[in-house]
Amino acid sequence: MALAAPALTHLQLLEAESIHILREVASEFERPVMLYSIGKDSSVMLRLAQKAFYPAPIPFPLLHIDTGFKFREMIEFRDRMAAAVGAELLVWRNEPAIAAGTNPIALDTKRCCGLLKTQALLDGLNHYGFNAAFGGARRDEEKSRAKERIYSFRDKAGQWDPKNQRPELWNLYNSRIHPGESIRVFPLSNWTEMDVWQYILQEDIPIVDLYFAKDRPMYVREDSLLPIEQSFVARPGEQPRMVRSRLRSLGCSPCTGAIRSDADTLPKIIAELLSFRSSERANRAIDHDQEGSMELKKREGYF
Amino acid sequence: MPISDAILNLETERPLEDGAGGSRSSFLAKDDTRDLLRFSTAGSVDDGKSTLIGRLLYDTQSVYEDQVRSIEGKGTTGAGSFDLALLTDGLRAEREQGITIDVAYRYFSTANRKFIIADTPGHEQYTRNMATGASTASLAIILVDARKGVLTQSRRHACITALLGVPNILVAVNKMDLVDYDEEVFNSIRVVFTAFFDQLGDLRPPHLEFVPVSALTGDNVVNRTTAMPWYSGPSLLEHLQSAPAAEGGASDAFRFAVQRVLRPNHDFRGFAGQIAAGTIRPGDPILVLPSRRTSNIRSIVTFDGDLSAAQAPQSITLTLTDEVDISRGDLIVAPECAAVATKHFTASLVWMDEKPLELSRRYLLKHTSRTVQARVTAVQHRLEVDTLERKPAVTLNFNDIGLAEIESIQPLVVDKYSTNRITGSFILIDPVTNLTAAAGMIRETNIEGHPTTTNAITAENRAARWGHTGVHISLTGSTAFVDAAERTLFLRGAFVVRPDSLSQETLAALIAAGALVLTNTTSDNQTVTFGEQRAAVTNVDDLVHFLEAHAILRGGPRQ
Ligand SMILES: Nc1nc2c(ncn2[C@@H]2O[C@H](COP(=O)(O)OP(=O)(O)O)[C@@H](O)[C@H]2O)c(=O)[nH]1
Ligand SMILES: [Mg+2]
Repeated sequence: MALAAPALTHLQLLEAESIHILREVASEFERPVMLYSIGKDSSVMLRLAQKAFYPAPIPFPLLHIDTGFKFREMIEFRDRMAAAVGAELLVWRNEPAIAAGTNPIALDTKRCCGLLKTQALLDGLNHYGFNAAFGGARRDEEKSRAKERIYSFRDKAGQWDPKNQRPELWNLYNSRIHPGESIRVFPLSNWTEMDVWQYILQEDIPIVDLYFAKDRPMYVREDSLLPIEQSFVARPGEQPRMVRSRLRSLGCSPCTGAIRSDADTLPKIIAELLSFRSSERANRAIDHDQEGSMELKKREGYF
Repeated sequence: MPISDAILNLETERPLEDGAGGSRSSFLAKDDTRDLLRFSTAGSVDDGKSTLIGRLLYDTQSVYEDQVRSIEGKGTTGAGSFDLALLTDGLRAEREQGITIDVAYRYFSTANRKFIIADTPGHEQYTRNMATGASTASLAIILVDARKGVLTQSRRHACITALLGVPNILVAVNKMDLVDYDEEVFNSIRVVFTAFFDQLGDLRPPHLEFVPVSALTGDNVVNRTTAMPWYSGPSLLEHLQSAPAAEGGASDAFRFAVQRVLRPNHDFRGFAGQIAAGTIRPGDPILVLPSRRTSNIRSIVTFDGDLSAAQAPQSITLTLTDEVDISRGDLIVAPECAAVATKHFTASLVWMDEKPLELSRRYLLKHTSRTVQARVTAVQHRLEVDTLERKPAVTLNFNDIGLAEIESIQPLVVDKYSTNRITGSFILIDPVTNLTAAAGMIRETNIEGHPTTTNAITAENRAARWGHTGVHISLTGSTAFVDAAERTLFLRGAFVVRPDSLSQETLAALIAAGALVLTNTTSDNQTVTFGEQRAAVTNVDDLVHFLEAHAILRGGPRQ
């Protein structure tokens, strides 16, 4: 009989579960794809995909839904990472909407996201015929996400029906779908924001520099720090200031505020997280528009 | 302290300290050694599940201020105060109806453990969601309202949780504040509920504990209270901290379902999967099932380098010393303690589809990484979950739980669920709608080639003799048509019964005996109905085709 082995840590257990999910999907679906959003969760998901298939290459492409409002550093990082892991990178943009000048200031954030993210995502998946898409969403991010299955069934229009989800028992995932239907898969479902940071620290996973505190030019509006990017529209008389700051989560530049911070290393980011009193999505405009706005967006096909 | 005041105190900084809450240093360390406990919560509607979880999250500093702010003045606790239940009731429909529809997953951590909570719904129509939450849990909290005592729903949940093999059950007797923290109330609930658990026999969870709490005030949830000096046991969180995090696992016989064969080049052939039980080392002998080929482990490959040992539930890649033909769905096991390859087994089923079980139909059965076609050949009984009575049944309806015989087209390599929750479980999928129709837990296996030595007549024996399974068929049409149908079936050797009147019990007994029970209504239209299937038939041949298409009649006429 084997000697008593040391208990596995929570990160080892989460990793084992995520790898199992990645392998299941890659083996049961004809056309899987990994939605790669460049943020810390995507960085962890990408590393897990490397681990799941090692020494073979990642057996599916990465797809980035580009709104045209992503920070320049994000795009550079994306291209570097895809090359480094040897994965095929696809980029999809809702070009007609971008050409028509869609932005969150002219429209409201909800309609802007609807066009540049949700519509672009559905079109991109459709265009390539992907029937299973990995996303880096976590259940601890938001209340409607807390109810999401690991395999989230979507109808022909890519929509989620939260009242009628397939039961999901043990580690037995139902991968059966009809033509035109699809599954969104969330291998990081059971990870918390803290788990993600600790794993990044433990595994030395590269992340975009915007997560680390630095002196950056910012427009300061009331409590908000607004990073300067090409799309930024300053108010008359408004002047940028250098502020020691960082981004807590990466979104589109017009809708992602920075936070004042001195955290320029991973341990400092983790320490800062422990002292926070608001959740990570609090600095994203999209979730606040309306009570239950994330659930509404997800019903429409958002991640 | 009233709850609203307690939450408003969030205004002041609440730094994490070592102790009951998180440990700062452990979060910062690269060699963090926290383990993981998955637990589910269950109870009747309004027993206070959501409040209790809100309380656990809140008292362990696991919710953020903006999340608390977003529920201010909403919910059932009135203006200007906070209903902690809203921290977990996420879906719009739930907030509107004030009930929990689906499993909500929640997370919190203490210094040495991360917790995953599956907060499951109380309503009977959401039983399947409760089973979802319990399937991966190693501990379950069942809430009982101190004022109401053990209710039908409490028993239902206790039964389902036990059926799903959750080894630790913690009964939280809640709302003690509303019964003056009375010891008698707690004790009588404990006596009544323990008696119910004892009735479960083999399924009784090995660890059963009771703790008196108030989710609303926080008594005995995270911190022990002084309000109940008669109770000297641990608080709810202390129980959660000390429960074993996972079942045995690492010291059990090795089980590894192959998910994928990795062949990046001609020199490498690895088998990727997650260890379902046991520990493996290079050099260990293994047996591949169902092919029964043997080999030895050459290496345990991971992205982070080869391992000298790996244990359940790690995800790894194995290479072997011999070229063995292995594909997805095969099971690699310890040779001295092999799993059983079989096509026939008895299993508990939780029926999860609104469409009832049909004995004649083929379902897809997913077991580990293998999916095969299977039929449910007979229902032994339906379990009345609140009384634990076994009722005769011919089918299982939405949310029913029963014991059934399963027959798969290809052999599956299985363990009993009581031995291994991964290799002992399966799901049934409706091949037409693709919905998950049932969750199954294997209770008994029939070893192929070694028939059981009893003289009991099986459903299979009966079907072989009569050329059909036991079913109820109802016909419409003229008396002449029904007579002709009965004669044709009779001449084929069928065991046809055509009773004038029929009770449910008699029907069940006839079907169990393998009879083809024919009932009829006189009508101008000739139709046949079997379960949910109805078809128009122009003549008796049509009827025979219908019965063959639904696998009721087998083969040609019998002599
Ligand atoms: N007095 C008192 N009320 C409670 C307690 N726990 C929950 N409640 C109240 O009971 C009601 C139902 O609670 P909820 O958590 O939504 O129950 P669930 O349906 O089991 O999730 C709410 O009004 C709660 O405020 C308790 O310990 N004491
Ligand atoms: Mg509730």
